[in-house]
Amino acid sequence: MAKITLKNLSHSYLSKQNSDVDWALRDINIDWKDGGAYALLGPSGCGKTTLLNIISGLLKPTKGEVLFDDKDMTALNPVERDIAQIFQFPVIYDTMTVYDNLAFPLKNRGLSQTEIDTKVKEIGDMLELTPTLNNKAAGLTADGKQKISLGRGLVRSDVNVIMFDEPLTVIDPHLKWVLRSKLKELHQKINRTMIYVTHDQIEALTFADQVVVMHEGQIVQTGTPVELFEKPKHTFVGHFIGSPGMNILPCDIENGQINLGGKILPNKINLKNNNFKKTQVGIRPEFINFSNDGIQVKINRVSDTGRHKVIDAECSSGNIKILANSSTQIPSGSAHITFDQKYTYAYGDNWIIE
Amino acid sequence: MKKIKWLVPTVYIIFLMLPIYWLLNMSFKTTTEIINVYSLWPKDFTLENYVTIFTDSTWYMGYVNSITYTVFNTLISVSAALPAAYAFSRYKFLGDKHLFFWLLTNRMAPPAVFALPFFQFYSSVNLFDTHIAIALSHCLFNIPLAVWILEGFMSAVPKELDETAYVDGYSFGRFFFKIFIPTIAAGIGITMFFCFMFSWVELLLAKTLTATVAKPIAAIMTRTSSTSGYELGLLAAAGSLTIIPGAVVIYFVRNYIAKGFAMGRV
Amino acid sequence: MNKTLNQRAWLFVIPVFVLVAFNAAVPLMTVVNYSFQETFGSNVFAWEGTRWFKEILHSERFHASLGRQVIFTFIILLIQLPLGIGIALTMPKKGWGVPVCLILMSMPLLIPWNVVGAMWNIFALPDIGFLGNSLNSLGFDYNFTQQSGDAWFTTILMDVWHWTSLVVLLSYAGLNSIQPAYYQAAEIDGASRWDIFRYIELPKMKKVLTLAILLRFMDSFMIYTEPFVLTGGGPGNATNFLSLDLVKMALGQFDLGPAAAMSLIYFLIVLLICWIFYTIMMKDEGRT
Repeated sequence: MAKITLKNLSHSYLSKQNSDVDWALRDINIDWKDGGAYALLGPSGCGKTTLLNIISGLLKPTKGEVLFDDKDMTALNPVERDIAQIFQFPVIYDTMTVYDNLAFPLKNRGLSQTEIDTKVKEIGDMLELTPTLNNKAAGLTADGKQKISLGRGLVRSDVNVIMFDEPLTVIDPHLKWVLRSKLKELHQKINRTMIYVTHDQIEALTFADQVVVMHEGQIVQTGTPVELFEKPKHTFVGHFIGSPGMNILPCDIENGQINLGGKILPNKINLKNNNFKKTQVGIRPEFINFSNDGIQVKINRVSDTGRHKVIDAECSSGNIKILANSSTQIPSGSAHITFDQKYTYAYGDNWIIE
Repeated sequence: MKKIKWLVPTVYIIFLMLPIYWLLNMSFKTTTEIINVYSLWPKDFTLENYVTIFTDSTWYMGYVNSITYTVFNTLISVSAALPAAYAFSRYKFLGDKHLFFWLLTNRMAPPAVFALPFFQFYSSVNLFDTHIAIALSHCLFNIPLAVWILEGFMSAVPKELDETAYVDGYSFGRFFFKIFIPTIAAGIGITMFFCFMFSWVELLLAKTLTATVAKPIAAIMTRTSSTSGYELGLLAAAGSLTIIPGAVVIYFVRNYIAKGFAMGRV
Repeated sequence: MNKTLNQRAWLFVIPVFVLVAFNAAVPLMTVVNYSFQETFGSNVFAWEGTRWFKEILHSERFHASLGRQVIFTFIILLIQLPLGIGIALTMPKKGWGVPVCLILMSMPLLIPWNVVGAMWNIFALPDIGFLGNSLNSLGFDYNFTQQSGDAWFTTILMDVWHWTSLVVLLSYAGLNSIQPAYYQAAEIDGASRWDIFRYIELPKMKKVLTLAILLRFMDSFMIYTEPFVLTGGGPGNATNFLSLDLVKMALGQFDLGPAAAMSLIYFLIVLLICWIFYTIMMKDEGRT
C-alpha cells in the first residue's frame, strides 16, 4: 500500500510533438492518497486510459515521474510495481478453470500451494464464485467473467493500488448496480487505494470519495462530488457534470464585475480581467430563479420530468436551461430571472476566475 | 529477445524469395549460358526469352486464356455464391446444414479424382477446349469456398440492418443491391481474391479440359519442358510472367488479407 | 443469430446447387459407374461388382502410395504448423513492415502450381540450380532426380516453401484479433512469455488453426501438380503420392475400373478424416 504521486507527467504517442493536441497527457500533477477511492472521469479519448496505463507501468511516460511513497517507479514494470488492473472487457484465461484463473497471479509470484488455496477460496467466497470454482472459465456469463478479472486483482494481498478501466461496460444494467455496490463494499473491507476510470458521471459520483475530472489530456479538477457540482473550476466540469449541465454564457468583465448582455451581475469579489481571449459566466440550472426584475428571457419550452421541470429559455446572450420544482408556476412567453450570486462564477479562457 | 525478433520473418522471406530470384535469374540468361556456366546473376544478360513469349501467339495467348477463364470463374462463383451465402446466413430451411456440408465436401474432392470424368463430361456437352468449361469446372472448389467466406462476412452484419431497410420501405432487391452488397464490399473483395487465386493456380483440370484454343499458360509451359527439351530460359521467363498477375492482385488487397482470413468463418 | 424459417431461401441456393451439382454429381456418378465395371475400349463395359474395390484394398501398390501419402502429409503438418505459428508470432504488428511481410509472404500462394514445381526443379538441379549446386559444393552428395532421400527432402522443402505462408497468414489473423488488454492483464499477473503463448495466444488461435490444419491436410493429401512437375513421382516410385498414382493408372494405363475404384476410396478417406477432425473440434467447442 502506498501513496501515489504523479509529477509533471506528460505523454505522447507520437515521436514528435508540435502542438498541444499531439499530447495525450499534459502536465499531470496529482497525489493519490493511500486507501482512497478515486474516480477518474472524462469523455472517451480524454486520456484516462493512458493515465491508468502509466500508473500501472504498461506505458512509459514521455516526460515526468511516477512515485509510490516518494520512491521513483517510472522505470519499473507492472510486476515490480505490485498493482492490479481490471480492464473494460473481461480478461480471462479461457482454458483454465475459475480456480486456476484466480490462482494464476499467485502462482507466478511463487506462493506456496496452501497459501494460494486459502487466498483463492477467500476471494471466491467474497465474489460469490465458490460454486463455479471448478468450472471452465470460458463457460461463464459476462458478469461472471468480469468477476474473475476482478478476483485476479483482489487475490493478491500486496497490491499498492487496484485500478478499474471502465469495468462495467459489458455488464447488464441491473448487474452493474450489484457489482458497483460490491466494489464499494470491498473497498471498505480491504481499505486499499482504488482508481476507477469511467465516462459515466453517476458511476463516478457514487463510487468515489474524490473525483478527478479529465479533459483533453489535462486534469481540470479534483474534488468531492459536491465540490464538483457546486464550484466547477473549469467550464468543462460545469457542463460535463450535472444533468442538464451548467449554463455557460459569453460575457464581459468590466471593472471587476460580470456584464451579461448589458446587465451587471452582482459579485462579491473583484474579478481581474487578465486579457483573456474569452470570458464567460457559468450558472447551474438549479440556481436560477424567476423574479420580477433581472435578466429578461423568452421561454421556449417546458418539459416536466416528474420531479422537476426543465425550462428552455433564451436571453440576449444565448440559450439558458432552468430547473424548477414541479410545483413552480412557469410564466409563459417572456419572464425575468436572477442568478443565485453564491453559485455564479466567471471563467476566463475556460478556467474559473477567483 | 526484442532485437532479434525481426530476424525470423526476414530469414523466412529470404527463403521465399530465393527460388523466385533463381527463376528470374534464369529467365535473363541465354540457353548456352544456362547449360555451360553456373552464375548467381546473368553474365550475358538477354531479354530474348521474353521477346519470344511476347511475339509468339501460342505463348502469349496462353496468358490471355488463363486470365480469361480465371476472370469468368471469379464472376460466376461470386455472383452465384452471394444469394446462397445470404440464404445460409439469414434463413433456416429444409436441409440447410446438409447442403452446406455437401458443398464443403466438394472442396475436399481431389481434382485428380475428377479429371477423367470431367474430360468425358465436358466433351459430351461440346464444351471441351473452351474457356467456359474451365471456368465452370473450377466452380467445383471455388463456389464452396466463396459461400463459406461470404457467409462468414454476412453473419457478422446484424440482421437489424435488413429489418430497418424493410421498415423504410425497401424492396428486397433494392435492399440487397443498394445496402447489403456495399456493406459487405470488403468481404466480396476478399472472396474474389481467393477465387481468382485458386482458379489461377490450378492446372490439372485446366490442362485436362483443353487442347489448343483455351490452353492455359501453365499447361503450355509443361509442353515446353517435355517436348522441346531444355529450353530452360524460355520456361523460366514464362514462369516469371505467371507471378505478375498474382503479385498485382496481392498488392491491391494487401490490407484485407489478414482481415479476410480472420473474418471469413473464423 | 436467430435465423427465421423460410423455405423460399432455397431459391437463393439454386444457382449454387445447380453449378456444383453439375460439376460434382455427374462426374461422381461416372466414377461410381466405372468403378463397378471393366472396359474393353470403345464403350464396351462389363459388370465387375466390387472386384476393383477388393483388388485395390489388397494391392500392394495402393498400400505403398497411401503409406507415402500419409507420411508426407504428416511431415508437412508437423513442420508447417509450428513454423507458421512461430513466424506469425515474430511478425511486426504495425508499421511499414506489415504490408511488406504480407505481400512477400503471400507470393508463393499465387504462383500456378506447376510453375512452383518447375521453379523448384530449376532451383534444385544439382548442376545449375542454386540449391543443388550449393549443397554439392558444401560436400553433400545431393541429386533429387537420382536419390529417393533427396527427392523427399526437395518435395517437402518445396511444399514448406509453397504453403507455410497460409499457416502464417491464418495465425497472424488470429493473433491480431486478440485484444491488447489480454497481454496487459498477463503482464500484470506476472505471466511468462510461454504462459502468454500457452494460455492466451494458443486458445485464441484455436479456430484459425483448425482451419489451417483442415486446409493443409486436404491440400497436402491431394497434392499432384507440384511433385508431378518436380519429380514425376520418382526416382522409381519414391515420391509417387496417391494423386500421381491415380492419374498414372487412369490416363497412363487406361485402367478405368481400378482407377475409379481407387478415386472413390481416396475421396472417402479424405472425407472421413475431415469429418472425424471436424467432429472432434466441434465437440471440444461445445464443451468449453
